[in-house]
Amino acid sequence: MTYFSKALMIAAVLGMAACTNGNRFSDADAAGGYGAGAGANGGIVPGSASDPASPAYFNQTIGDRVFFAVDQSTLSPQAQATLDAQAQWLMTNSDYLAVIEGHADEQGTREYNIALGARRANATMEYLVSKGIASNRLRFISYGKERPVEVCAEEACYSKNRRAVTVISMGLGS
Amino acid sequence: MRFLMALCMALAAALVLPAAARAQDGPLRIEITEGTIEPMAYAVPDFVAETPGAQQYAQQIARVVADDLTGTGLFREIPRDAHISRITSFESPVQFADWKAINALVLLTGAVSEEGGRISVKFRVWDVFAGTELGDGMQFAATADGWRRLAHKVADQVYSRLTGETGYFDSRVVFVSESGPKEQRAKRLAIMDYDGANVQYLTDSRSIVLAPRFSPNGDRVLYTSYETGEPQIHVLNVGAVQSRILRSAAGVMSFAPRFSPDGSRVVYSVTQGSNTDIYMMDVASGASTQLTATPAIETAPSFSPDGSRIVFESDRSGTQQLYVMPAGGGEATRISFGQGRYGTPVWSPRGDMIAFTKQHQGRFHIGVMRTDGSEERLLTASPLDEGPTWAPNGRVLMFSRETLGAQGTSSLYTVDVAGRKLTRVRTPDGASDPSWGPLQ
Repeated sequence: MTYFSKALMIAAVLGMAACTNGNRFSDADAAGGYGAGAGANGGIVPGSASDPASPAYFNQTIGDRVFFAVDQSTLSPQAQATLDAQAQWLMTNSDYLAVIEGHADEQGTREYNIALGARRANATMEYLVSKGIASNRLRFISYGKERPVEVCAEEACYSKNRRAVTVISMGLGS
Repeated sequence: MRFLMALCMALAAALVLPAAARAQDGPLRIEITEGTIEPMAYAVPDFVAETPGAQQYAQQIARVVADDLTGTGLFREIPRDAHISRITSFESPVQFADWKAINALVLLTGAVSEEGGRISVKFRVWDVFAGTELGDGMQFAATADGWRRLAHKVADQVYSRLTGETGYFDSRVVFVSESGPKEQRAKRLAIMDYDGANVQYLTDSRSIVLAPRFSPNGDRVLYTSYETGEPQIHVLNVGAVQSRILRSAAGVMSFAPRFSPDGSRVVYSVTQGSNTDIYMMDVASGASTQLTATPAIETAPSFSPDGSRIVFESDRSGTQQLYVMPAGGGEATRISFGQGRYGTPVWSPRGDMIAFTKQHQGRFHIGVMRTDGSEERLLTASPLDEGPTWAPNGRVLMFSRETLGAQGTSSLYTVDVAGRKLTRVRTPDGASDPSWGPLQ
């Protein structure tokens, strides 16, 4: 990523933050058009999901997460396809680091689920390493069942909670 | 904790009067191991206020004593509006006929006095039908803010005299206080009396905290915190409310800690790659040894009370099951063979049983089994029960129960080992992961 595009991205993020603050503290400010410049160039907005080099693109277009069967940590063909694309992105955007967060659904005891989430995150990390991502750009952590994204008590929710999420961050050296 | 220091319990244990004549044909006794029992009927009139300042405590103390006793499921209080006699003086002779007439087997009388911010309570336990005193009258004293502890101490004495076992009421529980929605739940460590009174918070909610575990004498608490990013084991000094990382290894997940019975060692889990194994650390030196070495998940270790063995869970067979190994590591013996998954084993302080969480056909149970796995008994059932902890006398368990769905919250419950009496512990917010401390 060039210095210029990074700078643009940071500006866009700051713009959005300003907009959020404006909304929070004063409706009049928001109405006054905070952040109006962000989408002005009509095409690819640096830092937005339409910019293939952006974390937003990684999260939304490639997909930042893979899902697992009950009490399992093996990667399905669909999960592997997502991780292939994640690996490709990480190869291209080599300034970024990633933390892989492993999670479990609530149908398990707390300690076991921490260990199970670690298995899932580690399986994900090892797959990315096998696709050529340097292991020193990756690390993992497990949240067990502490951070569900869906809260219903049905398989439709549980299946979304049994996940490993690749969280992108800017490297310290960049 | 300032509260505790201020309390500075003067456990006088003074004889109030010479012991009354004792019944020789066997004392009044309730056997708490029997499967189904008729609760023993007792009466506890308001305690007598012997000084003007004691007025506010006389009734409250009697009520807390009654809540303790009735809460066990072993005793049934005869309502006060059924009482015929009134106790207006601690020294007046008891009119046994009046208490027999309402079928009270046991009568508890007491008196409270207050002087210079200290309160003193004395009590007597009466076998109504024998017309004799059960044990000796006793007296306890404390600063006024410790009045609930005085009540618990009285109840422990009554329980002990009527069951022949040590009580558990004057004890505290450390737990995780929960607030906020399920997907962003805020958690902080808290400590309370066993009955949910006197809640105090030990950490803020900036980091996820999990599974606090009391040291055997209640001076320290082990817990797991995400403060550094990944879960790591911390140890908190309860008196100073100060904590430190027990085991500092950046980037390595460690969790599920528990003290040895002498408080000198800690067993816990460490995750490396996809593998989670059990380790033991000497607290003073920080030296650690690895106790399990399989590719499976091994976690939730708990010492036997004599320190010789450790029960833990492992999925080395394919699903979570319970195993027992020597405390120094070595060959483990599987003890759970029923259907379903078994986790979070905890050895009873009496040494005779192991409590656990069982998952089977979409339900969670708290159960107990003998230490060889025999005589499995499930005590509860719900969509999500988890994490039992033993009362100091090994007769009652406390655990977390979570209701499912978007509005789901976690609460603490107690159940006795016979599964007769399930009681919700009242806490100000949601609560999970209880660890029951020693009798104080």
